Amino acid sequence: MAKEPEKKSLKNYVSNDDIGEDVRRELFRLQLECRHVEQKAYDLFLQNLIKGTSHLGLGQEAIAAGFGGAMKEGDYTFCTYRGHNHTLVRGASMTGVLGELMGRQCGLLGGKGGSMHLTSVEHGAMGSYAIIGAHLPIAIGAAWSAQYRKSDQVTVCFFGDGTTNIGAFHEALNMAQVWKLPVIFVCENNLYMEYTPISEVTAVENPAADRASAYGLESIIVDGNDADEVYRHAMAALEKAREGEGPSLIEAKTYRHSGHSRADPGDYRPDGELESWLKRDPLPMYRNRLLEFGLAEDEVVEMEEEVIKRVDEATEIAKSSPPPTEEVMATEVWADGSSTWRN
Amino acid sequence: MAELTYREAVADGIRQEMKRDESVVFLGEDIAAAGGVFKTTVGLLDEFGPIRVRDTPISEQAILGAAMGAAMTGLRPIAEIMFSDFLAVCWDIVANQMAKARYMTNGQISVPLVVRTANGGGSRFGAQHSQSVENWAMAIPGIKVVAPSSPADVKGLLAAAIRDDNPVLFFEQKSLYAVKGTVPDGEHIEELGKSKVIRQGSDVTIVALALMVPRALEAAERLQEIDGISATVVDVRSLVPLDTSTILSEVSRTGRMITVEENPRLCGWGAELSSIVAEELFFDLDGPIIRITSPHIPLASADHLEDMMIPSVDRIYEEIRKSMS
Repeated sequence: MAKEPEKKSLKNYVSNDDIGEDVRRELFRLQLECRHVEQKAYDLFLQNLIKGTSHLGLGQEAIAAGFGGAMKEGDYTFCTYRGHNHTLVRGASMTGVLGELMGRQCGLLGGKGGSMHLTSVEHGAMGSYAIIGAHLPIAIGAAWSAQYRKSDQVTVCFFGDGTTNIGAFHEALNMAQVWKLPVIFVCENNLYMEYTPISEVTAVENPAADRASAYGLESIIVDGNDADEVYRHAMAALEKAREGEGPSLIEAKTYRHSGHSRADPGDYRPDGELESWLKRDPLPMYRNRLLEFGLAEDEVVEMEEEVIKRVDEATEIAKSSPPPTEEVMATEVWADGSSTWRN
Repeated sequence: MAELTYREAVADGIRQEMKRDESVVFLGEDIAAAGGVFKTTVGLLDEFGPIRVRDTPISEQAILGAAMGAAMTGLRPIAEIMFSDFLAVCWDIVANQMAKARYMTNGQISVPLVVRTANGGGSRFGAQHSQSVENWAMAIPGIKVVAPSSPADVKGLLAAAIRDDNPVLFFEQKSLYAVKGTVPDGEHIEELGKSKVIRQGSDVTIVALALMVPRALEAAERLQEIDGISATVVDVRSLVPLDTSTILSEVSRTGRMITVEENPRLCGWGAELSSIVAEELFFDLDGPIIRITSPHIPLASADHLEDMMIPSVDRIYEEIRKSMS
């Protein structure tokens, strides 16, 4: 009599796991950093220590983390004004990010750019772009440069669902495919273009994936709240790009826990929608997975406490950093460091 | 000295820089296989190959975006926008992106690129293919703005623009493409941000740009011959940076300034220059500053109408003569 097949337990799954504990810890850490830095940013708003506007990615951390964990040093990231997470996961300092949001000297951009333009070139974070669609063409330029220099670098370009309806999206996808560029377009579909449901203003159900075939690209949809799923797709698309097989377009389904920007309470969302998505909050989901895969509760708590401590320390450093001085106001317009337009 | 057309000087300048520096690449619509719709880039594809000289789709945002992304990551791209009027469809990349990237990132990002474009009227192409839009660019901090008037300057200023570490908008006047002039042999490079006194006189300073330079020069000769008025003519060459030192010194010497601008009247470059002269040389002036411009009207296509709009030698001569009498 044939032996009854052994029931597949989590333990089997772990032993066959393609991601492994080290990467999982890294993906969790990256998500924790994003979550706690942004929660701190929200607190600092309420204290009026952050002025202007800001666009939080709370709830969307798994996408930035999945890619951040998969990308190599030297790869390029381009992101939007909702770009705190994408900048952090490349290794930009929390002090630099929070300092920039607070308009302090220690900010990544010395106070000249603010929340919507976070950049850390030394980490490959090539900028956050605040005009919808603009950075897709710019990202293909970085990919073209890498292709020309045979540098093996891949460019990853993050954008929202709203971007799929602007011309630059289509121009960039077409040229990227014609030139077989090493670039990955990542659409974070959080269901809303600013305040309006994306479904009300888009001719297709999946705003990015359903357009892929128009450019000869595969239609790829991933669960954007699951960092492992994002990581797997990121690894595959990065490999494809490095092998010279051209661009990928990935649509990651997710949800924005807060409104579009600081000024938006998100009242237009139907009752119960936020609550149902909070049940799929990427952080508790990932925490549970770590526990299921055998990490001890103590170890997880230790990771959480460590990140919170680092965020608190970065906040204090940023708070004590002075505001930028008049001497820097007119620097760095031109490559010689000056702003001179006449002699 | 070689005799080249303004058109040939474009390819000559690009060729000189592509030979010298492998990081120089060139992209645009119809620029490679077709050699450019104005035949300004003939031969570059054969010489440098399709990896460095790339035809693009009709996607101006993608062209300038790709140029910017490549410039940020180690290349020195030259991008062609076929007609300067088309800058309006990719103005976000110019005005919001390449002009501001360095400042907003506190110097982390450099954007060493050149946008070449065919600018200006005189070809009977109508209001969407004839505009002089250099003043659009001049209004935005962070972009250099260059407009040559001769084949030698096309080559020398283009080479300087390619070597510059900032974004440069390079306006070629399309009705000058057939004009011939001598270009120095061997490597030729000029300096950005320097005006040139091309005729020295004692009574009045005429300040002109691009197509208006040869017209201003001819008007100056006529003023001398018929009226005995001795005019200085300054070719501005670069609007940003602006060589106010040369211009102010000539205006101070002659006591009068006339600007000759192809752009429509409002906010043309001459308005900025007039304001500088009024603020800084008021007591040296012997008469009012006069601006000779195209009227504030979209350019018409019929040759008779277009010729009435763009400052002609006759009009430049008459307006200066009247102002001096």
